Amino acid sequence: MRAIETITGRVSVLDRDDIDTDQIIPKQFLKRVERTGFGEFLFYDWAREPGWELPKNPVLVAGRNFGCGSSREHAPWALEDYGFQAIIAPSFADIFRNNCTKIGLLPVQLSAEACRAIAEAGECQVDLAGQEVRWPGGAEAFAIDPDTKQRLLNGLDEIGLTLAQSDAIAAYEAAREQSGGWAGPQTTALA
Amino acid sequence: MPKTLLDKIWERHQVGADGSLLYIDLHLVHEVTSPQAFDGLRMHGRTVRRPDRTLATADHNVPTDGTTTTARIRDELSRVQVQTLERNCAEFGIPLYSLGSPRQGIVHVIGPELGLTQPGMTIVCGDSHTATHGALGALAFGIGTSEVEHVLATQCLVQSKPKSMRIRYEGALGFGVTAKDLILATIGQIGVDGAVGHVVEYAGTAIESLSMEQRMTVCNMTIEGGGRAGMIAPDETTFEWIMSPPTRPAAPPAVPDEWHELRSDPDATFDREVVVDAAAVSPMVTWGTNPGMVVSVDGAVPAPSSEQDERALHYMGLEAGTPIEQLRLDRVFIGSCTNGRIGDLRAAASVARGRRVADGVYAMVVPGSAQVKAQAEAEGLDEIFRAAGFDWRGAGCSMCLGMNPDIAASGERVASTSNRNFEGRQGRGARSHLVSPQMAAAAAIAGHFVDIRSWDLDPQQEAAA
Ligand code: SF4
Repeated sequence: MRAIETITGRVSVLDRDDIDTDQIIPKQFLKRVERTGFGEFLFYDWAREPGWELPKNPVLVAGRNFGCGSSREHAPWALEDYGFQAIIAPSFADIFRNNCTKIGLLPVQLSAEACRAIAEAGECQVDLAGQEVRWPGGAEAFAIDPDTKQRLLNGLDEIGLTLAQSDAIAAYEAAREQSGGWAGPQTTALA
Repeated sequence: MPKTLLDKIWERHQVGADGSLLYIDLHLVHEVTSPQAFDGLRMHGRTVRRPDRTLATADHNVPTDGTTTTARIRDELSRVQVQTLERNCAEFGIPLYSLGSPRQGIVHVIGPELGLTQPGMTIVCGDSHTATHGALGALAFGIGTSEVEHVLATQCLVQSKPKSMRIRYEGALGFGVTAKDLILATIGQIGVDGAVGHVVEYAGTAIESLSMEQRMTVCNMTIEGGGRAGMIAPDETTFEWIMSPPTRPAAPPAVPDEWHELRSDPDATFDREVVVDAAAVSPMVTWGTNPGMVVSVDGAVPAPSSEQDERALHYMGLEAGTPIEQLRLDRVFIGSCTNGRIGDLRAAASVARGRRVADGVYAMVVPGSAQVKAQAEAEGLDEIFRAAGFDWRGAGCSMCLGMNPDIAASGERVASTSNRNFEGRQGRGARSHLVSPQMAAAAAIAGHFVDIRSWDLDPQQEAAA
């Protein structure tokens, strides 16, 4: 994963609330077993409606509850492949937000007023280290989980970090087994 | 400190000194969200930590026409995706129920059915409807492909604890009102982002009186209200359901003591509490393009109050003020992880018995799993449906999302027992209305939506009248 520090540039605007992942990347494109090349299918059906325009910019500003619905990581893959590096919205769906941080696409939650102002300004700078978005005429701070922030700033592999804690995981498993309680079912034991 | 059910399960699964890792007891895998995760493992030379805590099935791409071997799937991309799952499971030693297995089915139907879903567990799957399993008192939530890879490699997830929310139902459900109506009404009340950031615990006598399968319908749709997970404290209904032989081979020999402690303490506090009047809920029908756009069947298409509403009405081809009962249907779909269990099929069959699907309507019944199909056939439900003109299909996700041959054509109006009415989900341009199995069956027969409460449930009497 690429390290992120600041993301600067023009913004594309999608002023709709509750944009679901079925719109971001429709189901017929989930049949692919590769991880790349989803950008050309981004907003596939909407992109075929008259008047649609979504320039390839570093930042996307969207409406409330962006990315609701399915857990498909194909949605962040498509947005990233299209060229977006950060998405700014008044709120995000939980799974989508998580999925974005895993691939280094930065979800930034700002007030609805800030989102509108950035859309109007047409450009902004997202400063991850300083946890602030600046645009001509304004600035607003944003919150991010400290561990996620560190991981994104350094482009770290989360699985590698967890594997470094293998001893703790093994100790947990051993303690659970020795506790004498019901250990739960084993899938491999189903005859 | 009094604890919520979420607190109790969370604490038992925290790993390491700082507790930032959450241990996962069961990881369910399907063909759509896993191929890139397995590729990631191979790329880094990593293995699957606990194949014995992992189970895979093929569901999304499965044709429901009785195809029992993967090689016979006609759509090439679908076939390759299922074959990729089969290869990956073989390589990493993961048990798999693929096409033709008597245990194959929708991932959220087979987990509980096999007894793998149990109270107090943490369960994840690369699928947003994983919350279904919370109906048995588990903490179950959907994850993306990167996290699928993470769980495969480590059996853990890096998670910060979500906030807690309780939805308490007051009063009892009225005649003809189902769990599906209850959750649709709830989402209508709180909105599609009403529970974002929260794990929802459903409580109250209306919940306690639901069967296990109905509870799964409620928890299944938690994500449609934005919730991370939905859960219901396990009780005698839960224990009895899990322990009922011989259908649940992974059930423990006796109810473990710790299951009895799995409930929120009486004085536990939640970050958010919502009260829903269960007695006031009617049979519901969605009119728009998200599950929060919903009205009672005796109501009318509402006047738009936003640009989003206008867009939805346009997509759905509807005019404000049209009574819901006047909406004529082209297709009816009974199935999915929301309403494809045996109880759902029995409920739909009780409506269909002795009646006929209206001319011009294509109605399909898709069991949620191969076991549900076998059970339904043993009970003769397939005969009831066939006699009434329904198409009786094989198990899979089917028309819940068109990744397989079951899709609606553009402009077709569909009554569906699934969970999402998003634009294009059931086919590009298809217009989906979410309803309960009873309402779907009744709509198939009438050719338009009808209020199930006003139906004489005995067709003989109706014919005589
Ligand atoms: S039935 Fe529908 S919602 Fe459920 S797992 Fe399949 S596609 Fe997803």
